[in-house]
Amino acid sequence: MSAQVGIADLAAPQVTADASGAGPAPVRIVVGYGFWIFLLSDIILFSALFATYAVLHGQTAGGPSSRDLFGLGNAGIETSCLLLSSYTCGLAVLALGRRRMSAFYWCCTLTFLLGATFLSLEVSEFAGLLARGAGPSRSAFLSAFFSLVGLHGAHVTVGLLWLIFTVAQTAHRGPLDFVRRRMLCFSLFWHALDIIWVALLTLVYLMGAR
Amino acid sequence: MEETGASAAGSFWTYTAGLGFAVLLTAASFIVAQTNLLWPPGVPAGLAVLAIAQMGVHLVFFLHIGTDSEQTNSVLALVFGVFIVALVVIGSLWIMDHLNANMVSPSAVMEMQH
Repeated sequence: MSAQVGIADLAAPQVTADASGAGPAPVRIVVGYGFWIFLLSDIILFSALFATYAVLHGQTAGGPSSRDLFGLGNAGIETSCLLLSSYTCGLAVLALGRRRMSAFYWCCTLTFLLGATFLSLEVSEFAGLLARGAGPSRSAFLSAFFSLVGLHGAHVTVGLLWLIFTVAQTAHRGPLDFVRRRMLCFSLFWHALDIIWVALLTLVYLMGAR
Repeated sequence: MEETGASAAGSFWTYTAGLGFAVLLTAASFIVAQTNLLWPPGVPAGLAVLAIAQMGVHLVFFLHIGTDSEQTNSVLALVFGVFIVALVVIGSLWIMDHLNANMVSPSAVMEMQH
Protein backbone atom coordinates (compact mmCIF):
# COMPACT_ATOMS: atom_id res chain seq x y z
CA MET A 1 0.00 0.00 0.00
CA SER A 2 1.29 3.43 -0.78
CA ALA A 3 1.85 6.19 1.73
CA GLN A 4 -1.19 8.13 0.55
CA VAL A 5 -3.59 5.40 1.65
CA GLY A 6 -2.03 5.38 5.10
CA ILE A 7 -2.29 9.15 5.47
CA ALA A 8 -5.87 9.23 4.25
CA ASP A 9 -6.88 6.41 6.58
CA LEU A 10 -5.17 8.09 9.54
CA ALA A 11 -6.94 11.33 8.72
CA ALA A 12 -10.39 9.79 8.73
CA PRO A 13 -10.85 9.19 12.50
CA GLN A 14 -9.90 12.80 13.28
CA VAL A 15 -12.96 13.96 11.38
CA THR A 16 -15.45 13.60 14.17
CA ALA A 17 -18.63 14.72 12.44
CA ASP A 18 -19.93 16.39 9.33
CA ALA A 19 -22.43 19.21 9.63
CA SER A 20 -25.29 16.76 10.00
CA GLY A 21 -23.71 15.31 13.15
CA ALA A 22 -23.94 11.81 11.69
CA GLY A 23 -20.44 10.74 12.73
CA PRO A 24 -17.12 10.19 10.94
CA ALA A 25 -17.34 10.90 7.22
CA PRO A 26 -15.99 8.31 4.76
CA VAL A 27 -12.51 8.94 3.35
CA ARG A 28 -13.92 9.69 -0.10
CA ILE A 29 -15.99 12.57 1.32
CA VAL A 30 -13.03 13.96 3.30
CA VAL A 31 -10.68 13.78 0.29
CA GLY A 32 -13.27 15.33 -2.00
CA TYR A 33 -13.93 18.13 0.50
CA GLY A 34 -10.23 18.94 0.91
CA PHE A 35 -9.74 19.02 -2.84
CA TRP A 36 -12.84 21.19 -3.23
CA ILE A 37 -11.26 23.75 -0.84
CA PHE A 38 -8.14 23.77 -3.05
CA LEU A 39 -10.27 24.29 -6.16
CA LEU A 40 -12.09 27.22 -4.57
CA SER A 41 -8.76 28.85 -3.67
CA ASP A 42 -7.65 28.30 -7.27
CA ILE A 43 -10.83 29.99 -8.49
CA ILE A 44 -10.09 32.95 -6.19
CA LEU A 45 -6.61 33.16 -7.79
CA PHE A 46 -8.30 33.30 -11.20
CA SER A 47 -10.74 35.95 -9.98
CA ALA A 48 -7.81 38.32 -9.37
CA LEU A 49 -6.70 37.89 -13.00
CA PHE A 50 -10.29 38.24 -14.24
CA ALA A 51 -10.56 41.53 -12.34
CA THR A 52 -7.21 42.66 -13.82
CA TYR A 53 -8.37 41.82 -17.33
CA ALA A 54 -11.72 43.57 -16.86
CA VAL A 55 -9.98 46.71 -15.55
CA LEU A 56 -7.28 46.78 -18.26
CA HIS A 57 -9.48 45.70 -21.18
CA GLY A 58 -9.54 49.19 -22.70
CA GLN A 59 -5.87 50.05 -22.07
CA THR A 60 -4.60 49.15 -25.55
CA ALA A 61 -1.87 51.85 -25.74
CA GLY A 62 -2.80 52.51 -29.36
CA GLY A 63 -2.35 48.83 -30.21
CA PRO A 64 -4.96 46.29 -31.34
CA SER A 65 -8.10 45.94 -29.23
CA SER A 66 -10.02 42.76 -28.44
CA ARG A 67 -12.38 43.52 -31.34
CA ASP A 68 -9.45 43.49 -33.79
CA LEU A 69 -7.87 40.30 -32.45
CA PHE A 70 -10.47 37.77 -31.37
CA GLY A 71 -12.73 35.70 -33.61
CA LEU A 72 -15.45 33.43 -32.34
CA GLY A 73 -14.69 30.45 -34.62
CA ASN A 74 -11.56 29.36 -32.77
CA ALA A 75 -13.16 30.02 -29.38
CA GLY A 76 -16.18 27.92 -30.39
CA ILE A 77 -14.04 24.89 -31.27
CA GLU A 78 -12.03 25.30 -28.06
CA THR A 79 -15.24 25.45 -26.02
CA SER A 80 -16.62 22.30 -27.66
CA CYS A 81 -13.36 20.42 -27.02
CA LEU A 82 -13.26 21.36 -23.35
CA LEU A 83 -16.95 20.65 -22.75
CA LEU A 84 -16.83 17.23 -24.41
CA SER A 85 -13.63 16.37 -22.56
CA SER A 86 -15.33 17.28 -19.26
CA TYR A 87 -18.17 14.90 -20.22
CA THR A 88 -15.87 11.99 -21.15
CA CYS A 89 -13.91 12.61 -17.92
CA GLY A 90 -17.11 12.18 -15.92
CA LEU A 91 -17.89 8.97 -17.82
CA ALA A 92 -14.35 7.72 -17.06
CA VAL A 93 -14.99 8.14 -13.31
CA LEU A 94 -18.26 6.23 -13.67
CA ALA A 95 -16.56 3.44 -15.64
CA LEU A 96 -13.80 3.13 -13.04
CA GLY A 97 -16.37 2.95 -10.22
CA ARG A 98 -18.06 0.06 -12.03
CA ARG A 99 -14.75 -1.66 -12.85
CA ARG A 100 -15.35 -1.39 -16.60
CA MET A 101 -11.70 -0.97 -17.44
CA SER A 102 -11.81 -0.83 -21.24
CA ALA A 103 -14.54 1.86 -21.10
CA PHE A 104 -12.39 3.72 -18.55
CA TYR A 105 -9.33 3.70 -20.83
CA TRP A 106 -11.36 4.78 -23.87
CA CYS A 107 -12.94 7.67 -21.96
CA CYS A 108 -9.55 8.77 -20.60
CA THR A 109 -8.04 8.63 -24.11
CA LEU A 110 -10.87 10.80 -25.47
CA THR A 111 -10.48 13.22 -22.53
CA PHE A 112 -6.77 13.50 -23.23
CA LEU A 113 -7.17 13.97 -27.00
CA LEU A 114 -9.86 16.64 -26.59
CA GLY A 115 -7.78 18.45 -23.97
CA ALA A 116 -4.69 18.28 -26.18
CA THR A 117 -6.70 19.64 -29.13
CA PHE A 118 -7.83 22.55 -26.95
CA LEU A 119 -4.26 23.23 -25.90
CA SER A 120 -2.86 23.10 -29.45
CA LEU A 121 -5.57 25.55 -30.64
CA GLU A 122 -4.65 27.90 -27.81
CA VAL A 123 -0.93 27.65 -28.56
CA SER A 124 -1.54 28.37 -32.25
CA GLU A 125 -3.70 31.37 -31.28
CA PHE A 126 -0.90 32.69 -29.06
CA ALA A 127 1.65 32.12 -31.84
CA GLY A 128 -0.59 34.00 -34.29
CA LEU A 129 -0.87 36.95 -31.91
CA LEU A 130 2.90 37.03 -31.35
CA ALA A 131 3.49 36.91 -35.11
CA ARG A 132 1.23 39.97 -35.51
CA GLY A 133 3.28 41.87 -32.95
CA ALA A 134 0.46 41.58 -30.40
CA GLY A 135 2.54 39.91 -27.70
CA PRO A 136 2.15 40.42 -23.94
CA SER A 137 4.53 43.39 -23.95
CA ARG A 138 2.46 45.36 -26.51
CA SER A 139 -0.11 46.83 -24.10
CA ALA A 140 -1.60 46.44 -20.63
CA PHE A 141 -4.64 44.82 -22.26
CA LEU A 142 -2.50 42.14 -23.92
CA SER A 143 -0.46 41.55 -20.75
CA ALA A 144 -3.70 40.87 -18.89
CA PHE A 145 -4.99 38.68 -21.74
CA PHE A 146 -1.87 36.50 -21.85
CA SER A 147 -1.77 36.17 -18.04
CA LEU A 148 -5.40 35.14 -17.77
CA VAL A 149 -5.65 32.79 -20.77
CA GLY A 150 -2.08 31.55 -20.24
CA LEU A 151 -2.79 30.59 -16.62
CA HIS A 152 -5.83 28.61 -17.75
CA GLY A 153 -3.72 26.93 -20.45
CA ALA A 154 -1.05 26.08 -17.84
CA HIS A 155 -3.75 24.45 -15.71
CA VAL A 156 -4.90 22.40 -18.70
CA THR A 157 -1.29 21.31 -19.33
CA VAL A 158 -0.90 20.21 -15.71
CA GLY A 159 -4.24 18.40 -15.96
CA LEU A 160 -3.12 16.45 -19.03
CA LEU A 161 0.09 15.34 -17.28
CA TRP A 162 -1.94 14.39 -14.21
CA LEU A 163 -4.32 12.34 -16.40
CA ILE A 164 -1.39 10.40 -17.92
CA PHE A 165 -0.07 9.72 -14.42
CA THR A 166 -3.45 8.58 -13.09
CA VAL A 167 -4.11 6.26 -16.05
CA ALA A 168 -0.62 4.76 -15.71
CA GLN A 169 -1.21 4.22 -11.99
CA THR A 170 -4.59 2.60 -12.68
CA ALA A 171 -2.99 0.28 -15.21
CA HIS A 172 -0.25 -0.57 -12.73
CA ARG A 173 -2.23 -0.95 -9.48
CA GLY A 174 -5.75 -1.72 -10.67
CA PRO A 175 -8.95 0.08 -9.59
CA LEU A 176 -8.09 0.29 -5.88
CA ASP A 177 -9.84 2.76 -3.59
CA PHE A 178 -6.96 5.23 -3.48
CA VAL A 179 -6.63 5.15 -7.28
CA ARG A 180 -10.34 5.89 -7.60
CA ARG A 181 -10.05 8.80 -5.15
CA ARG A 182 -7.24 10.26 -7.27
CA MET A 183 -9.32 9.92 -10.39
CA LEU A 184 -12.20 11.61 -8.56
CA CYS A 185 -9.91 14.53 -7.63
CA PHE A 186 -8.68 14.76 -11.23
CA SER A 187 -12.27 14.89 -12.50
CA LEU A 188 -13.11 17.66 -10.02
CA PHE A 189 -10.06 19.61 -11.25
CA TRP A 190 -11.03 19.09 -14.90
CA HIS A 191 -14.66 20.16 -14.34
CA ALA A 192 -13.48 23.25 -12.42
CA LEU A 193 -11.25 24.21 -15.37
CA ASP A 194 -14.31 24.00 -17.60
CA ILE A 195 -16.19 26.36 -15.26
CA ILE A 196 -13.31 28.84 -15.46
CA TRP A 197 -13.32 28.53 -19.25
CA VAL A 198 -17.03 29.45 -19.34
CA ALA A 199 -16.22 32.73 -17.55
CA LEU A 200 -13.17 33.27 -19.78
CA LEU A 201 -15.09 32.63 -22.99
CA THR A 202 -17.83 35.04 -21.97
CA LEU A 203 -15.61 37.88 -20.76
CA VAL A 204 -12.71 37.66 -23.23
CA TYR A 205 -14.17 36.28 -26.46
CA LEU A 206 -17.96 36.76 -26.54
CA MET A 207 -17.95 40.23 -24.97
CA GLY A 208 -14.58 41.18 -26.48
CA ALA A 209 -15.37 40.34 -30.09
CA ARG A 210 -18.37 42.66 -30.24
CA MET B 1 -15.26 2.99 1.76
CA GLU B 2 -18.72 2.73 0.35
CA GLU B 3 -19.45 1.82 -3.23
CA THR B 4 -19.30 4.70 -5.70
CA GLY B 5 -22.66 3.98 -7.21
CA ALA B 6 -25.16 6.28 -8.83
CA SER B 7 -25.51 8.44 -5.73
CA ALA B 8 -21.81 9.10 -5.18
CA ALA B 9 -20.52 9.98 -8.63
CA GLY B 10 -23.76 10.70 -10.44
CA SER B 11 -25.03 8.52 -13.22
CA PHE B 12 -24.58 8.39 -16.97
CA TRP B 13 -27.81 10.33 -17.39
CA THR B 14 -26.71 13.04 -14.94
CA TYR B 15 -23.63 13.71 -17.06
CA THR B 16 -25.57 13.48 -20.32
CA ALA B 17 -28.26 15.88 -19.09
CA GLY B 18 -25.51 18.24 -17.93
CA LEU B 19 -23.85 18.08 -21.33
CA GLY B 20 -27.20 18.79 -23.03
CA PHE B 21 -27.91 21.85 -20.86
CA ALA B 22 -24.34 23.10 -21.29
CA VAL B 23 -24.51 22.76 -25.08
CA LEU B 24 -27.84 24.64 -25.18
CA LEU B 25 -26.52 27.48 -22.98
CA THR B 26 -23.25 27.74 -24.94
CA ALA B 27 -25.14 27.86 -28.24
CA ALA B 28 -27.43 30.54 -26.77
CA SER B 29 -24.36 32.57 -25.69
CA PHE B 30 -22.86 32.45 -29.19
CA ILE B 31 -26.20 33.40 -30.79
CA VAL B 32 -26.70 36.30 -28.37
CA ALA B 33 -23.14 37.54 -28.98
CA GLN B 34 -23.35 37.39 -32.78
CA THR B 35 -26.84 38.65 -33.50
CA ASN B 36 -29.01 41.55 -32.40
CA LEU B 37 -31.61 39.24 -30.93
CA LEU B 38 -31.23 41.03 -27.61
CA TRP B 39 -31.34 44.80 -27.23
CA PRO B 40 -27.66 45.60 -28.01
CA PRO B 41 -26.79 47.49 -24.78
CA GLY B 42 -28.22 44.55 -22.83
CA VAL B 43 -26.04 41.93 -24.52
CA PRO B 44 -23.22 41.89 -21.89
CA ALA B 45 -25.83 41.42 -19.13
CA GLY B 46 -27.49 38.63 -21.13
CA LEU B 47 -24.14 36.90 -21.69
CA ALA B 48 -23.33 37.18 -17.98
CA VAL B 49 -26.67 35.59 -17.05
CA LEU B 50 -26.10 32.73 -19.52
CA ALA B 51 -22.55 32.18 -18.19
CA ILE B 52 -23.73 32.08 -14.57
CA ALA B 53 -26.50 29.64 -15.53
CA GLN B 54 -23.94 27.42 -17.25
CA MET B 55 -21.63 27.49 -14.21
CA GLY B 56 -24.61 26.37 -12.14
CA VAL B 57 -25.24 23.49 -14.58
CA HIS B 58 -21.58 22.42 -14.29
CA LEU B 59 -21.68 22.58 -10.48
CA VAL B 60 -24.85 20.51 -10.20
CA PHE B 61 -24.44 17.96 -13.00
CA PHE B 62 -20.64 17.55 -13.23
CA LEU B 63 -19.33 18.45 -9.76
CA HIS B 64 -22.47 17.07 -8.02
CA ILE B 65 -22.82 19.98 -5.60
CA GLY B 66 -26.23 19.39 -4.12
CA THR B 67 -28.32 19.50 -0.99
CA ASP B 68 -27.27 16.15 0.53
CA SER B 69 -26.42 16.47 4.22
CA GLU B 70 -22.90 15.18 3.54
CA GLN B 71 -22.33 18.16 1.20
CA THR B 72 -23.31 20.91 3.62
CA ASN B 73 -19.65 21.81 4.16
CA SER B 74 -18.94 21.88 0.43
CA VAL B 75 -21.88 24.23 -0.18
CA LEU B 76 -20.79 26.52 2.66
CA ALA B 77 -17.26 26.64 1.23
CA LEU B 78 -18.69 27.39 -2.21
CA VAL B 79 -20.80 30.25 -0.86
CA PHE B 80 -17.75 31.73 0.86
CA GLY B 81 -15.68 31.31 -2.34
CA VAL B 82 -18.33 33.07 -4.43
CA PHE B 83 -18.42 35.88 -1.85
CA ILE B 84 -14.63 36.41 -2.09
CA VAL B 85 -14.69 36.24 -5.90
CA ALA B 86 -17.48 38.83 -6.02
CA LEU B 87 -15.55 41.11 -3.62
CA VAL B 88 -12.38 40.87 -5.72
CA VAL B 89 -14.01 41.36 -9.12
CA ILE B 90 -16.73 43.91 -8.31
CA GLY B 91 -14.47 45.78 -5.87
CA SER B 92 -11.64 46.09 -8.41
CA LEU B 93 -13.96 47.27 -11.17
CA TRP B 94 -15.70 49.76 -8.87
CA ILE B 95 -12.50 51.25 -7.47
CA MET B 96 -10.68 51.45 -10.81
CA ASP B 97 -13.72 52.97 -12.49
CA HIS B 98 -13.82 55.76 -9.91
CA LEU B 99 -10.06 56.19 -10.21
CA ASN B 100 -10.35 56.57 -13.98
CA ALA B 101 -13.17 59.09 -13.56
CA ASN B 102 -11.02 61.20 -11.22
CA MET B 103 -7.88 61.05 -13.37
CA VAL B 104 -6.89 64.03 -15.48
CA SER B 105 -6.41 62.91 -19.05
CA PRO B 106 -2.92 63.40 -20.62
CA SER B 107 -4.29 65.88 -23.17
CA ALA B 108 -5.74 68.03 -20.37
CA VAL B 109 -2.34 68.05 -18.66
CA MET B 110 -0.75 69.30 -21.89
CA GLU B 111 -3.27 72.15 -22.05
CA MET B 112 -2.63 73.12 -18.44
CA GLN B 113 1.08 73.49 -19.21
CA HIS B 114 0.38 76.13 -21.86
